[in-house]
Amino acid sequence: MAPILEVRDLAVRFGGVVALDRVSFKVDEGQVVGLIGPNGAGKTTLFNIITRVYRPAAGTVVVDGKPVEKMAPHEVVRNGVARTFQNLALFRSMTVLDNVLVGDHIRTRSGWLEASVPLPWALSAEAASRKRALETLEFVGLSNLASHPVAVLPFGTQKRVELARALVSRPRLLLLDEPAGGISHEEVDGIARLLRRVHTELGMTMLLVEHHMGFVMGISDRVVVLDFGKKIAEGSPSEVQRNPVVIEAYLGAA
Amino acid sequence: MQELIQQVVSGLASGGIFASLALALVLIYNAMGLVNFAQGEMAMFATFIAYTLISHGLNYFIAFPLTLGLAFVGGVLIERVVIRPVERAPVLTLVIVTLGLATLINGAAGFFFGYTPNYFSSPFSTHTVNILGAFASYQDLSVIAVSAVVLLAIFLLLQRTTIGLTLRAAAHHPEASRLLGIRVSWMLALGWGLASAVGAVSGIMVAPILLLEPNMMQTIIIYAFAAAVLGGIDSPLGAVVGGLIVGVTVNLVGAYVVGGDLELAVALAIIVGVLVLKPNGLFGRAAVRIV
Repeated sequence: MAPILEVRDLAVRFGGVVALDRVSFKVDEGQVVGLIGPNGAGKTTLFNIITRVYRPAAGTVVVDGKPVEKMAPHEVVRNGVARTFQNLALFRSMTVLDNVLVGDHIRTRSGWLEASVPLPWALSAEAASRKRALETLEFVGLSNLASHPVAVLPFGTQKRVELARALVSRPRLLLLDEPAGGISHEEVDGIARLLRRVHTELGMTMLLVEHHMGFVMGISDRVVVLDFGKKIAEGSPSEVQRNPVVIEAYLGAA
Repeated sequence: MQELIQQVVSGLASGGIFASLALALVLIYNAMGLVNFAQGEMAMFATFIAYTLISHGLNYFIAFPLTLGLAFVGGVLIERVVIRPVERAPVLTLVIVTLGLATLINGAAGFFFGYTPNYFSSPFSTHTVNILGAFASYQDLSVIAVSAVVLLAIFLLLQRTTIGLTLRAAAHHPEASRLLGIRVSWMLALGWGLASAVGAVSGIMVAPILLLEPNMMQTIIIYAFAAAVLGGIDSPLGAVVGGLIVGVTVNLVGAYVVGGDLELAVALAIIVGVLVLKPNGLFGRAAVRIV
């Protein structure tokens, strides 16, 4: 199967700090790949390269056959990549539904005229957009909160809103930055069940960064381990868990 | 009582004018956290364009929307040419750029159109109509109606359309918007275009009341600042409510308390008073920073 994401010899430096050091791996279509590593290992940096927030010093990231370095940030999404954020990046003054609608706008594909003047065909496109947004909210279990302002919702619920906003554009590749970070134990189980449904029911390809080991190992087909910017291991969850290099990186030398 | 009602109606008319210009300020403030000091001058220049079109024989009701269209294009061009190169500069740099822009547009208007005041005739007569025992002029009523239509159109655009949604998204969270596929930089240009068009409405509305000359908007912009600050500089609804309150207050205080010469001082008192007592205005959001 063709890889949807290919990271090749990627290197990133911030001043003298090497955040990523010749990292390579692939994500095949339909797979769930977990990206783990101690704090500061370069996980979020890698996400920021894939979504073109940073430029790499060397190496390349290829999404669906196209190198992202050649794209503007807004084009990466149009090329089928969506992400969520470690600390949430919602539009706090808007309602839940509006947040999700922003995620959908790249699918409406209307020009300025259609988007600003209520022409008949644009209206039906907007109705279709609302329908998709509401369906996605139902999928993540938030249809009863659609008209709620997002800022007043609990953190775990806001994470679901962000997931819905990413899902509604039906990306080819979904990047999840700590989907279980900062939420309660019960909510972690709920998010895990939800992501499993995203994988099985929507067939979504996912790359996820997570510290919660049970969570990552339970959901991933493959796991990539980073430490100090280097890839130190890659394999199935059970292989990685038994790998002495990984154990040392997390617990220090015995 | 009858005179009071008349003062309120004409206060609402000037309030509509202040509200349009204040809304223009808010649109740009929301898009980039910047108070555009050139907003009044941009409106003045657009009014000169309308005046030129009309004096070349074009019908007022064709010249009006045509001018708004030209003002929109002008606003987009100003953003692309003047603001874009300094988009990421500190806000003080941007403020100085808009001050320079104000001087430049003012000088350009003087150069092209001259400093002689022009009488800008309104298609609405100054004759009055009797409403519930009070008299209001057709001109005042038309200003109120036009302002209401424009403000409603902007509200619908921002709240009910996809482009409004992406415009708001880009203003609130540029980074996240970029990662959701929004061309944030073009949204800024669009914001400038909209602000320029809305501001032009205030210029065209006020020109028949004042006389059209390059310095026409220099007091109006103070009232608009007062309106925007009172309403909350980041709130479109606040700009409208603030504009109406400032219009009516200034008119009443001018008529019954301090006299017409001190009306501008009332606006300045409102600005200072709001900033001291309630810095976020009536509808503004408090700035919260997590440290």
